[in-house]
Amino acid sequence: MIRLDNVHKAFGDKRVLRGVTLTVPKGESMVIIGGSGTGKSVTLKCILGLAKPDSGTITLDGVNVEEGDHDAFLARFGMLFQGAALFDSLTVWQNVAFRLLRGRLKRSKEEARDIAIEKLRRVGLTPETADLFPAELSGGMQKRVGLARAIAADPEVIFFDEPTTGLDPIMAGVINDLIREIVVEMGATAMTITHDMTSVRAIADDVAMLHDGVIKWSGTVAEMDSCDDPFVQQFIHGSAEGPIEAVR
Amino acid sequence: MSTAILTRPLAAIGRPVLAGLASVGRMALFTITVISHIFRPPWYPREFAHAVMTIGWYSLPVVGLTALFTGGALALQIYDGSSRFSAEAAVPSIVAIGMARELGPVLGGLMVAARVASSIAAEIGTMKVTEQIDALVTLSTNPIKYLAVPRVLAATLTVPVLVAVGDAIGIMGGWIVGVNRLDFNSAAYLKNTIDFLEVADVASGVAKGAVFGFLVALMGCYYGMTSGRGAQGVGRATKLAVVAASVLILGSNYLLTELFFSA
Repeated sequence: MIRLDNVHKAFGDKRVLRGVTLTVPKGESMVIIGGSGTGKSVTLKCILGLAKPDSGTITLDGVNVEEGDHDAFLARFGMLFQGAALFDSLTVWQNVAFRLLRGRLKRSKEEARDIAIEKLRRVGLTPETADLFPAELSGGMQKRVGLARAIAADPEVIFFDEPTTGLDPIMAGVINDLIREIVVEMGATAMTITHDMTSVRAIADDVAMLHDGVIKWSGTVAEMDSCDDPFVQQFIHGSAEGPIEAVR
Repeated sequence: MSTAILTRPLAAIGRPVLAGLASVGRMALFTITVISHIFRPPWYPREFAHAVMTIGWYSLPVVGLTALFTGGALALQIYDGSSRFSAEAAVPSIVAIGMARELGPVLGGLMVAARVASSIAAEIGTMKVTEQIDALVTLSTNPIKYLAVPRVLAATLTVPVLVAVGDAIGIMGGWIVGVNRLDFNSAAYLKNTIDFLEVADVASGVAKGAVFGFLVALMGCYYGMTSGRGAQGVGRATKLAVVAASVLILGSNYLLTELFFSA
């Protein structure tokens, strides 16, 4: 279980998180929705230790994420970045097997390559793509490679940062289905940030809405559609009228 | 009101001074962090080997050509100057000493700064902008260990070799011009070079090369890792890396020359 308790984070004068409190139950798929610049990515970065919260606590299974062996902590996570963030100088299989080629999860090169090809197959890519470089792939294929890398070491927790941004609707649907299948299959705890409502309905068990640095609302997907929270309703209907200012 | 009038100009001076000091402090901390990681595992031999190739081997043509033309031009200039007091015979030794002690390391260092500091800063800056550095962290890999240490170590070890090769090519450039243009006897030119060139001349230039290599890669990594967002941020990081590396090379060259001069 991931728990954020009154987390604050500012960059200079800009207060991005103003007291985020959120619980993600083990094995659940939580989607955080919210407009651009509301602190969704910063929330994920604070959990992973990529940004240090100014105050508040974040725990994973009751243990503060800032305490203990950070490498061991990160070994429990997988992350799909918005732009896939593949390493240009490495081939596709070396990207997927990055974690398996070094550090505490190190395997032999042959075993790591076999696992990488298996994970590529799992996300719908053929073994022939293994020896290509990221620059030779389309955006959708890069996202799939990023997904394969995120699941390569069978993590307990997987983060997805805007998984469908920049993809056509069909490819976005493919990625959404893959995420849902993989999360269910692995029994992993998933946390996704997106403003794509199709993704929300495909991926989420639970939804939380982040606005102005705080969680404005949280509940299940079914509750989201029937709730009377004006922020949620404006967001899910993409309405220009409502409490969320269109120009921020 | 009157206090504000007095303090405003002081604040205008103090702000950039404080920002400059903070920048020097950040750079010093980065340097200490990189050096400390050189001695602590894990190490990445594959990345180190790749950096040796890209920084050392691929810089050889540009350093070699720079040294060749500099050696030739130096021979002409010294011949012109020394002929005023009938000391033309000193051309081979002055070309050799000038190349080994000063021009080889400084020009080689500056060429490497232009080629390597810019490429390191642009590469790491782009990695930062495209979240590849964040991805490294989430994959339990320290970016300083994985990106900076192999490059800094490779530059520190390969630039001295480039300087030594550049010295030899520069001396050859002087010899080509001396023999073909200034009518020196080939054997006499080479004998003069060997007789007057001391091990300390070459060693001091090679030592400078190690320092310059370290500074070049360090600046490339520092500005790459602190790059701002977008194409403009990466462009600025690249420019600052080259400028900082060049200024540090020239500054440290004077300090090292003073050190060797006093020794």
